[in-house]
Amino acid sequence: MVEFALPKNSKITTGKTWPKPEGATNVRKFQIYRWNPDDGKNPSVDTYFIDMDKCGPMVLDALIKIKNEIDPTLTFRRSCREGICGSCAMNIDGINTLACIYGMDEIKGDVKIYPLPHMAVVKDLIPDLTHFYAQHASTMPWLETKTNRPAKEWLQSIEDRKKLDGLYECVMCACCSTSCPSYWWNGDKYLGPAALLHAYRWIIDSRDEATGERLDNLEDPFKLYRCHTIMNCAKTCPKGLNPAKAIANIKHMMVERAV
Amino acid sequence: MQYITDRKRASGLGSAKSGTMHHWGMMVSAVGLAILLPLFVFTFGCILGAPYEEVVAYYSRPFPAIVAALTLIVGMVHFKNGAQVAIEDYARGLTRQALILAVTFLCYAMIATGLFGLVRLAL
Repeated sequence: MVEFALPKNSKITTGKTWPKPEGATNVRKFQIYRWNPDDGKNPSVDTYFIDMDKCGPMVLDALIKIKNEIDPTLTFRRSCREGICGSCAMNIDGINTLACIYGMDEIKGDVKIYPLPHMAVVKDLIPDLTHFYAQHASTMPWLETKTNRPAKEWLQSIEDRKKLDGLYECVMCACCSTSCPSYWWNGDKYLGPAALLHAYRWIIDSRDEATGERLDNLEDPFKLYRCHTIMNCAKTCPKGLNPAKAIANIKHMMVERAV
Repeated sequence: MQYITDRKRASGLGSAKSGTMHHWGMMVSAVGLAILLPLFVFTFGCILGAPYEEVVAYYSRPFPAIVAALTLIVGMVHFKNGAQVAIEDYARGLTRQALILAVTFLCYAMIATGLFGLVRLAL
């Protein structure tokens, strides 16, 4: 549902300002969204100061430094620290991206960090991705075949394999879907760019034998056609993918089989 | 609390098995308008501000009358379909259905009124 203002219990207040590191000359200010479901308070923005001479170059390095040395209650997801797992997706300096591959040199002024937009927050920088993952599962992200399984393997030509480039690399970080206004307003029904990119990845897989069934499942004014080609998904994708193009290709296939 | 699974919530009522023809219809009417609108601006602009008798005589000719009628019909149908998308984006439940109904009625009423006026002029 479209919402132009935050609910009362989501209004952000000014939080705690932590002391500056002593003796540091290269200090950077971090403003980080905090919310604890257990204390019953509204979310706040805490202010931290980091000695950049003793910190790695990426935003995730700073977050880990804060958690290790300043405030152990700061909560965020992270794992691979090299843009493969998609865990550390968050809104940094107004852009949905992965904290592990976003350099602090790309940010001018204070570093402002919020959770992914328009998602329920579990705690601090952790969004609830339950519905997002369920939507992905609903697109049947696996190979569907009706022919008997071959003795060795399903074969695919080099040309057909190349069609999957730019699609299979998606790490399901949710940066694209949570940057999409259509997903904000109708995320309950609209599958969003990430799920549709994955849907297309299986639709055009030459080995898959459920193309029609997959298209049937997407033939819906909300599941697919809420995409208005806003292109925020392509702009924000930290892996440089283009979900909008994949969605346009699905629409093209839909028209091709109907007209 | 609703005891339904995440997967059931994501699947909802399933696919409506429609949407492509709406999308295709918007594309067709958009192409139609790309051709019709310059023609309408040109034909309507020629007679804008002219005396009543001259306008009646002008719209008695088939080309300007047909261009005006087609622009009105295609434009209103395009508006109806576009407004429906916007309503679906921003409204829910009964409000959504009522607004779509209202816009549809309004568009067909405008088409009927416009065509009536054109016929009165042309015949």
